[in-house]
Amino acid sequence: MDLLELFDEGFTVSLRLNNLSVLQGEDVILQDISYNFVPGKIYMLIGRTTSGKTSLMRAIAGLLPLTDGEITFDEKNLDSLPIWKRDIAMVYQQFINYPNRTVLGNVVFPLRRAGLSKDEAKQKALAIIEKVGLSEFLDRKPSQLSGGQQQRVAIARSLVRNTSILLLDEPLMNLDYKLREQLREEFRELFTTTKKSITIYATTEPSEALLLGDELLVMHEGKVIQSGIPVEVYENPNSIQVAQIVNDPPMTILPAVIKNGEVSVGKVLKFNSPNHLKSQSDGSYQIGIRANEVILGGSGANSEDGIVSLVEVSGSETLIYVDVPVGEVVLQLEGIHDYAIGQKITVTINPERIFLFDMAGALCAAPGN
Amino acid sequence: MAKITFKNIGHTYNKSANEEDWALKPINMQWETGRSYALVGPSGCGKTTILNIISGIVKPYQGQILFDDADVTKLPISKRNVAQVFQFPTIYKSMTVFENLSFPLVCRDWEKDKIRARVGDVAEQIGISHKLDRSANKLGADEKQLISLGRGLVRDDVTALLMDEPLTVIDPQLKFELRKRIKQIIQGKNITVVYVTHDQYEAMTFADELLVMSLGRLVQQGTPEELFEKPNSKYVGNFIGSPAMNFLRGKNDGGTTKVGDQKLVSVSNISQSHSSDVELGIRPEHVSVVDNVSENVIVADFISYDDIGSSRILNCKFDSQAIRVKIPRGHPVPNRGKINLKLPKEKLLTYQDGMLL
Repeated sequence: MDLLELFDEGFTVSLRLNNLSVLQGEDVILQDISYNFVPGKIYMLIGRTTSGKTSLMRAIAGLLPLTDGEITFDEKNLDSLPIWKRDIAMVYQQFINYPNRTVLGNVVFPLRRAGLSKDEAKQKALAIIEKVGLSEFLDRKPSQLSGGQQQRVAIARSLVRNTSILLLDEPLMNLDYKLREQLREEFRELFTTTKKSITIYATTEPSEALLLGDELLVMHEGKVIQSGIPVEVYENPNSIQVAQIVNDPPMTILPAVIKNGEVSVGKVLKFNSPNHLKSQSDGSYQIGIRANEVILGGSGANSEDGIVSLVEVSGSETLIYVDVPVGEVVLQLEGIHDYAIGQKITVTINPERIFLFDMAGALCAAPGN
Repeated sequence: MAKITFKNIGHTYNKSANEEDWALKPINMQWETGRSYALVGPSGCGKTTILNIISGIVKPYQGQILFDDADVTKLPISKRNVAQVFQFPTIYKSMTVFENLSFPLVCRDWEKDKIRARVGDVAEQIGISHKLDRSANKLGADEKQLISLGRGLVRDDVTALLMDEPLTVIDPQLKFELRKRIKQIIQGKNITVVYVTHDQYEAMTFADELLVMSLGRLVQQGTPEELFEKPNSKYVGNFIGSPAMNFLRGKNDGGTTKVGDQKLVSVSNISQSHSSDVELGIRPEHVSVVDNVSENVIVADFISYDDIGSSRILNCKFDSQAIRVKIPRGHPVPNRGKINLKLPKEKLLTYQDGMLL
């Protein structure tokens, strides 16, 4: 460790979770979570609904009593600190604003409560309101704003306090996708300008996690099952579970057998082990293929015929679900294409691009970048 | 099942309003039997008004509505035989799943055996056969929504299926599954489906054809592919596709358009333009990074990129204007700095005053 790192270690104010667990009766809400959050970074929590993202945020905010473990901030135990004394702001899925106050009134309110003078509060509020792009709506009530604008008011109110910790619980969830796209871009600028803050942001969307996150924590059943730099987690998911959570559309998983340097998938598909699978021992496995890496057409031993069971068009891609004898393959094509349900098509698996998991779902080999 | 026709239908909730301010400006429309349509647009664009005129909840201020050749404008909701699925599941809480599904048939005095057979069929289609004896109220929101749909489909005289944001209260993870399920159920039937959503993503995934609405007007109607490839306005270009279409301001110069000093040729007929100020539109998916400069290749500055998983978005600048390029994840990310971008003529569209030329 060099001097600079030592300096960082010793002097950075950090939020630490030490073996944190929350039980409610028989239910495990959060299980043995340890993590260290530092200021100036955006941490993305990704996981299915009920995986524990909201609970983890509520625990940090002091809204959920811990069964075990501790949370420290700046080396001090947060447990003894009442909620209102914690230097934390939170933004929820629902747009929560004071309905009887104007946009300006909503943003000024927390500052006035913190004891700032009228002028000072107004000045700070105006600066933040400008940042979130609501300057023309200062005198409107929340009910006179669109959903996206209402959520921006809530975000402005949270940002204006300049707290050490900012928690955002799926803030874009209730907005339509065009607005999500737009706000997501604004977020990156908004949150990275507050170098002082630790930003923790929960989402279910992989692209959002990849786009906004400096660090990614993948949650499942109350546990953090993998963490790291988002792209690295995306490229090396440690299990099928993680692969499914960080891939949208879902990764295709098929049973496979490796024997004598050959991989067979079902009865038809067969190919020589690609380089990244060469060192794997013979046996039964599961392979994973990303939808955008399945190839349409082909005629080799690594191709198989299937029947189109569903076609979905997303923003600007087409997803084709194909039933093949060994299971269902999901294929993503750039652009918008028309395929009929029941149509026969051939799909080809590129051996160089497959993920290999053992029967328990743990990663054995990833194709790399 | 029936074809639905709007003849000069317009509606206003305020009778003294000018036609300009009507909730739905007069339109002529046809919904063909067996196709599914999605009405999309922001709140207040008139999409729910259209749905309510079809179902009979709203009597249009002007115009005629036909089911096949029959004028149903004055017909009450109960006589129109439309099946409806709303944002919130509508189930009879005190009844079992079977009783919920059979209720419309019991009301029509069907024989017991026929009811059993028919409900059995529908339950199979919606994938709920194993839960027929359960209390409907004990099911999850997604299953309740399927029951609402099943109860609509159980009758054999349904003219159309109308859905008003049916996925709003469904958990994000289940949304995907439910949408797939609904799509599969409808796919096998010769049924006219009109689906309202504010979410263009959902609309494109779901419908054969989209009707994009804005301020009480139909802006464009077409298949997802048509709206993607040839948006008739900047509004649709922005609304459909992710990220939105690129637009570059330029000036017409003879048969070509100049952006900065660069000449570009588009597929649009620019002789229709009434002034030299135009905008060139191109999808981020249609721009490609090339080695050499040739026709319709611009030299742009590549500034940064976003990794969104299956693809990457390159953020570039040309003539001080932003242009984005979407490249598959398998393609290499170029070095920062100058970059050659090909804007293929056949994908480049010219817009003026926000409309496609």
